[in-house]
Amino acid sequence: MAKVLIKGGHVVDPASGRDGRSDILIDRGKIAAVQPSIPANGAKPLDATGKLVVPGLIDLHTHLREPGREDKETVETGCAAALRGGFTTICAMPNTTPAIDHRGVVDLIHQEGRRCGSVSVRVVGAITRGRLGKELTDFGELFDAGCVALSDDGDAVSDGFLMRRALEYAKVFNRPLIQHAEDPQLAAGGVMHEGLVSTTLGLRGIPSEAESVLVARDIALAELTGGWIHFAHLSSEGSVELIRQAKRRGLRVTCEVTPHHLSLTHEAVGEFDTSAKVNPPLRTEQDRLALIEGLRDGTIDCIATDHAPHTDWEKEADFDSAPFGISGLETALGVCVTTLVEPGLLTWSQLIGKLSMNPVKIVGGDGGTLSVGAAADIAVIDPTATWTVDPKQFISKGRHSPFAGRTLAGVVVKVLRHGVEVGP
Amino acid sequence: MTTTTDAHTQTARWTKKDLLGLRELSAEEIRLILHTAGSFREISLRPIKKVPALRGKTVVNLFFEPSTRTRTSFELAAKRLSADIVNISPQGSSLSKGETVLDTVRNLEALKVDVLVIRHAAAGVPHLIARRAAASVINAGDGAHEHPTQALLDLFTIQEKKGRLEGLNVSIIGDIAHSRVARSNIWGLTKLGARVTVCGPPTLLPAQVDQLGVAVTHELESAIRGADVLMLLRIQHERQEAMLVPSLREFRLRYGITHGRLSLAKPDILIMHPGPVNRGVEIDSDVADGPFSVILDQVTNGLAVRMAVLYLVSGAPKVDEEEA
Repeated sequence: MAKVLIKGGHVVDPASGRDGRSDILIDRGKIAAVQPSIPANGAKPLDATGKLVVPGLIDLHTHLREPGREDKETVETGCAAALRGGFTTICAMPNTTPAIDHRGVVDLIHQEGRRCGSVSVRVVGAITRGRLGKELTDFGELFDAGCVALSDDGDAVSDGFLMRRALEYAKVFNRPLIQHAEDPQLAAGGVMHEGLVSTTLGLRGIPSEAESVLVARDIALAELTGGWIHFAHLSSEGSVELIRQAKRRGLRVTCEVTPHHLSLTHEAVGEFDTSAKVNPPLRTEQDRLALIEGLRDGTIDCIATDHAPHTDWEKEADFDSAPFGISGLETALGVCVTTLVEPGLLTWSQLIGKLSMNPVKIVGGDGGTLSVGAAADIAVIDPTATWTVDPKQFISKGRHSPFAGRTLAGVVVKVLRHGVEVGP
Repeated sequence: MTTTTDAHTQTARWTKKDLLGLRELSAEEIRLILHTAGSFREISLRPIKKVPALRGKTVVNLFFEPSTRTRTSFELAAKRLSADIVNISPQGSSLSKGETVLDTVRNLEALKVDVLVIRHAAAGVPHLIARRAAASVINAGDGAHEHPTQALLDLFTIQEKKGRLEGLNVSIIGDIAHSRVARSNIWGLTKLGARVTVCGPPTLLPAQVDQLGVAVTHELESAIRGADVLMLLRIQHERQEAMLVPSLREFRLRYGITHGRLSLAKPDILIMHPGPVNRGVEIDSDVADGPFSVILDQVTNGLAVRMAVLYLVSGAPKVDEEEA
């Protein structure tokens, strides 16, 4: 395999603390050198002048819909969308049909991921069989098959006894359980945040407390068991504060937030815009600001897309009937740059940390750094270029977005996986 | 017929393709509808109850949720204006065969209809359709969102009985949270200068309802005292199962309008109810049929208001992509 030399770029690698102009030499798929100026010596040059060179992004939370709803997305189309978004690793969530609750389905997704080849597809297995919240899956089998975490995402594990046992048992494997924190009774029938907008539109609301009561319970269970709980897609100020306190007490609690919860509020629903229907729902400006503050002070570890593609005809329905979910892989970076970096809320290095180094701390494996010896999974970003979101142009089959028509900053110009140019 | 002239003497002109709710209407637009309704009212008192205003227009009553009074009211309103009207309801149509709402509408559009009158159990369905359809859309009730023609007929009735809306105290009592009638009335009444109080147990009031420009009370007595109008809402039996009220008996004891409680009211109070009435729950029979009740006037006025709305939206220029 030929050597590649990325020349003239500004390297942002929070894991190694690097944030400045550097060349990167890639040899046999790994990073061989990172120095201010490296001579070509026959390596294939890749000019990155004026660009940022960052670790390939890692998404902790991707719905690939395969198996079961290949009309919404497949591993292949999901990988292509990920590449366009600058991601080199994605984690497939288990709310498929059948659920990822046994080795056969894990193997299928890994196999499809390898066939596509461009993105590392990792798998999150289910905590309970069929994600029904009744009996635990065979954790050992799932982790042996390569699952990086377990979750019943899409639904919460609402039974406290079951969650306690799951947290205890998972300790053997030193892997996190990812909780979709939502009390099913408090959220029942809700389609958006409970507040002034839901009142005006006459839609059933989901109170913020549907999330925070389960966050509070699971923090208590993490304390009881010593287990590792990771909260998916935080949406409310109350949850952020609970996790902040839990971390202060030294509990093994991690969490993520989505680009849409960082950038939008329930006002985005407007006049029944189903592209802004998402679970957990977009909440108030106060919640949004609290999420950003949580990201800044380290309470929130990662940014994850919760990429949840749906077909056009499903989203073109009334608000009650339309499915929850935002197609987010292709807009994630742009939304974060525009919402967080441009106004000076996060530095580029902090943002890239939330999208690469920190996710690796949760799911393990390689990637997430540009230090010598690491796999050469790299994204090259034009930080000043802008683009306008047109969901019809998405590679994902989910061609819906609450960001349609918005102009975003930050364009992914090259993606390398194991040193080979694969996208976008 | 003086309708056309009357409508044109108003300062406001009707420019909207659709009537989706009262929230997006200006006070002038609401007054225009009420004024137009006033001129249509006498048609129904004639021996020949028909004018040619909408001859050649096709109106479709597309009721995804069962309704008798609103559907009948729209049907008669269309017929008295000489429009052709077709009724479509879920039973026995492709709606019950899994066809999407938009597919149904695309098929109707292919038949070149002019006005779609839509009732649906889900909020926002008329908006969804209005964005896609060239035909005018009239919201005949969408979930708990809006029921604009009901509120318009309520406004019309209050104005008819009291001579004005501005400065009146109107108390809306009962299940505000699930009521499209309450929401439309809150918008309409406050835009026309009435003072609105909503009253019910906290379980039946929607989140942050006070931010809609209304006073809030949980005490029925304070909602009755000083009110010029009591607007009651139907309490659905399902609310009991959803633990929103312990029982309908308990609701009646605390929030039901009884003869005895009316002793707190002004002597010229109006009692309104959009129907159908749960006698002995939100209102006792003797009050519903008593001297303060204008429940049947509401029904009569509903016809005139719906004629006005059909007339106005049909006359408005058709714009494919008009903002709601």
